[in-house]
Amino acid sequence: MTYPSKERYHEFTPYVKIYLTIGIVGMVQKSFIDTKLYEIRWHGRGGQGAITAAKIIAQAAYLNGYNGVTAAPSFGAERRGAPVSASTRISPQTVMVMSQVEKPNVVVVLDDTLLKDPDTTSGLNSEGWLVVNSQHHPEELKCYGDFNIASADATSVCQELGLIVSGLTVVNTAILGALIRATEIVDMASLEKVIRERFSNKTIDINLAAITKTYEITKLHKMR
Amino acid sequence: MINKKLDRKADIQILDGNHAAALGAKLSRVQVIAAYPITPQSPVTESLSEFVEGGDLHAEYIAVESEHSAMAVCTSASLVGARTFTATSSHGLAYMHEMLHWVAGTRLPVVLACVNRAIGAPWNVQNDQQDSISQRDTGWIQIYARNNQEILDSVIQAYKIAESVYVPVMVCYDGYILSHTEMPVDVPSQGDVDRFLPPYKPHAILDPANPRNYNLVTLANPRVNADGILCHGYMEIRYLLQEALQKSRETIINVGQEFGKLFARSYANMFWEDRLDDAEIVIVAMGSLAMEATVAVDMLREEGHRVGVLSLRVFRPFPKDYLIEALSKARLIVVFDKNISYGSEGATCSEIKSALYGNRINAVIRNFIVGLGGRDVKAREIADAVRKSLPSLEEGGPNIEYPEWICHM
Repeated sequence: MTYPSKERYHEFTPYVKIYLTIGIVGMVQKSFIDTKLYEIRWHGRGGQGAITAAKIIAQAAYLNGYNGVTAAPSFGAERRGAPVSASTRISPQTVMVMSQVEKPNVVVVLDDTLLKDPDTTSGLNSEGWLVVNSQHHPEELKCYGDFNIASADATSVCQELGLIVSGLTVVNTAILGALIRATEIVDMASLEKVIRERFSNKTIDINLAAITKTYEITKLHKMR
Repeated sequence: MINKKLDRKADIQILDGNHAAALGAKLSRVQVIAAYPITPQSPVTESLSEFVEGGDLHAEYIAVESEHSAMAVCTSASLVGARTFTATSSHGLAYMHEMLHWVAGTRLPVVLACVNRAIGAPWNVQNDQQDSISQRDTGWIQIYARNNQEILDSVIQAYKIAESVYVPVMVCYDGYILSHTEMPVDVPSQGDVDRFLPPYKPHAILDPANPRNYNLVTLANPRVNADGILCHGYMEIRYLLQEALQKSRETIINVGQEFGKLFARSYANMFWEDRLDDAEIVIVAMGSLAMEATVAVDMLREEGHRVGVLSLRVFRPFPKDYLIEALSKARLIVVFDKNISYGSEGATCSEIKSALYGNRINAVIRNFIVGLGGRDVKAREIADAVRKSLPSLEEGGPNIEYPEWICHM
């Protein structure tokens, strides 16, 4: 990812400047709308790719004009199949909070069996979103809290597309489709750019397809 | 001469602290790397071995069987004139302890990235600063980073400092909180780093054509050597190490300023100041905790308290006199330490007290031990500790003899 620095900006021709300005204003506009700090907490099982998802969305948010982004795994040892969590912070300004996320605006759950643990949704605030990979409709998830719920069967989408690594369905990119459908936290173009940078040529299309398909089938249930 | 125009566009990458450290070493064109992997430092060694394997970095990557050997290899490599890098953490650093003394005593400009992690017992792989603080008396310069940008920048500056004053430099950053957290980092171009940091010109190298000995048994008193030259005794050599560290403070500042001119990120002092201008209450912290502390200041300022943060960047040499002005208006200083000298108090608290002695600053000092073994330290907890200390502001001293702990005891 390469951006012109302020110093370089003055070296461009007026025409380039106009286009650059439009681009930069477009990027910054989003940050004028969302001046708050977004805190996303991810819950998955070791191998599902929750940590990578946390990083992808941070990169996409930076491309979208947010200057402050951080992405972190939960600190400590991780094991395949065991519950893991990760966090992403997104802000127009540099993120200064380094402690663990306590009151997320968004909780993304890659495996709906993790909803049995009340810690999964702990701290989720009243205007926040719970985004779940599940076969069930949001109303059927038996999550009773003062927050909005989105659900999508990302697992089926990934299985149809063959997004399976060593026998494990990798739903981390697919669930991003549900996340941006619910929250519009980043735009699809930025997300696509990050996917194209991070993944090998062979897997770019399949991951993008998983995102788009999951975006389409996401069901939303708003509190009000 | 350093004011040359940048030859680059800003290259912002979203990096975790370990990759920032590895990139810093790569951009510094290190020639020998000897390291042993340990959580949470392992990705540093992995990245560097990939750079070497992929041909992106022309260096010898020497796999060793322990951290003690890693530092022994760094000693030898540095003695023959190579720019040398290693990285470790926690028990690895403890295991290196003996060799840390050797490197500093031999006055070799080795740079070490220390990913701060707690030390057992009991076993713990998470963050605190006990590991590097335990090495404070080895004669190494210690720099602490608040974020990943500072990790990358500090590694590059470390070589310039070390090779100017011939003292090894330890760049310390918080395990997981920085080592495993990704954030935007402006990665300088190789050309700009080359302009800032020329190739290492060793002051003396081992050379088969000109054989010499290093580190012979050196007795306390000066002695005449085989060539009839009067040589320093052990104590004179050790005096010179102390003198080098004392003088290195100017070098550290100059290097930081020079870096700032070229890269537009100034490191003009050995500590960072946040809202100290009118602050009567000063929070002192080191590393990523200083970032969290600024959030606590936001909260406390909203309540009308005049609070600021003094964040220590350089712990050794300690910037004693340099701190006085920044602390001159303070009436209450609240020091947060992620380490403790058992039986006494937090290490930075002792330093602050010693710096203030005799300088007519009549501030009450409160010390809080926080975040040991990765215990999360939240901004609200920092703010609470400051609120708890407020009676000291009204009533004045005396200082509480021992530190208070933010834990369930």
